[in-house]
Amino acid sequence: MTTSFSEPGREPAPAGKAGTAPAMPLLAYTLALADDALVLGHRLSQWSGKAPTLEEDIALSNLALDLIGQARLLYAYAGEIEGKGRSEDDLAYLRDEHAFTNILLVEQPNGDFALTMARHLVYAAFMQPFFAALQHSADARLAEIAAKAVKEMAYHVRHAAEWVIRLGDGTEESRARTERALDELWMYTGELFEMDEGERALAAAGIAVDRRAIRPAWERTIDATLAAATLARPAERWMQSGGRAGRHSEHLGPMLAEMQVLHRAHPGVTW
Amino acid sequence: MAETPMPLWEVFIRSRSGLPHKHAGSVHAPDAAMALQAARDVYTRRGEAVSIWVVPSAAITASDPADKDALFEPTASKIYRHPTFYKVPDEVGHM
Repeated sequence: MTTSFSEPGREPAPAGKAGTAPAMPLLAYTLALADDALVLGHRLSQWSGKAPTLEEDIALSNLALDLIGQARLLYAYAGEIEGKGRSEDDLAYLRDEHAFTNILLVEQPNGDFALTMARHLVYAAFMQPFFAALQHSADARLAEIAAKAVKEMAYHVRHAAEWVIRLGDGTEESRARTERALDELWMYTGELFEMDEGERALAAAGIAVDRRAIRPAWERTIDATLAAATLARPAERWMQSGGRAGRHSEHLGPMLAEMQVLHRAHPGVTW
Repeated sequence: MAETPMPLWEVFIRSRSGLPHKHAGSVHAPDAAMALQAARDVYTRRGEAVSIWVVPSAAITASDPADKDALFEPTASKIYRHPTFYKVPDEVGHM
């Protein structure tokens, strides 16, 4: 991986299978979780000042802060695992697009409010049972982070589900937008359940969560919410993939450019 | 496109068990569940609450400020109603 400029003292990310992803399974796993949280947190922060109501503006900012807080804890741990002295900021602001291993779902643009809530329902309905399971990880640090995150995600599911229900079982317009949102996002849901070799090995060692085991809980939440929203679940279809290997949609690059520009313009700056 | 404005709800939060709920402000929300959510997001960001009540503002009956004198002035001079003449013994501690 090359950056378009060089900074003294900064090493490029260690090369892995995709040429850019880190090779160590635990590091890769922690970074992937951190990237999911940071990218979605940043997406939600883009609603600040632009949400449909004042209350929702604060709510979305709260959700964003929860996710960014999770990202910080995970990046801090990842930096320690790597042992090369990279800080949270280094990992968040100085890695390029191909080094990010978030799933494609979280980098999708916010779209309208229906899409944002549908995206959040899909993500939170997975992450809440995921963190509930990760609390029992053989890795004490991940277990600790999960114990905090699971309480946050319980509220995220509730918030997103209540909105999807009201938007779905709402006006003709809100219903149409919610149906369209689910239809657009459905092909990104498969990636939630993907596990590569490294992650499967970690799961066998009791460190990582078996993502496939989360599916029943996720489906229950989605089905219950869509039923209350009087919406049909989108038909099964081919699923998008590639985020975990650093292959992203066209949306991540511009998002990172905006997110990283300030830090890159003033490397090493502190408040 | 005509929009129905969302109803207004008054928010009361209790910071510690045993203390009364205090009025914290108001939120607009379509229904009670969303009002509770909005109150949680807007008024409990800094760990202020262990309990939230939301009440439709329309359900509250308030005294008219114009009636202030008739309702409250007479009691000001009735000091025999105030519990300030009993000296609490030291052994009782804080009441």
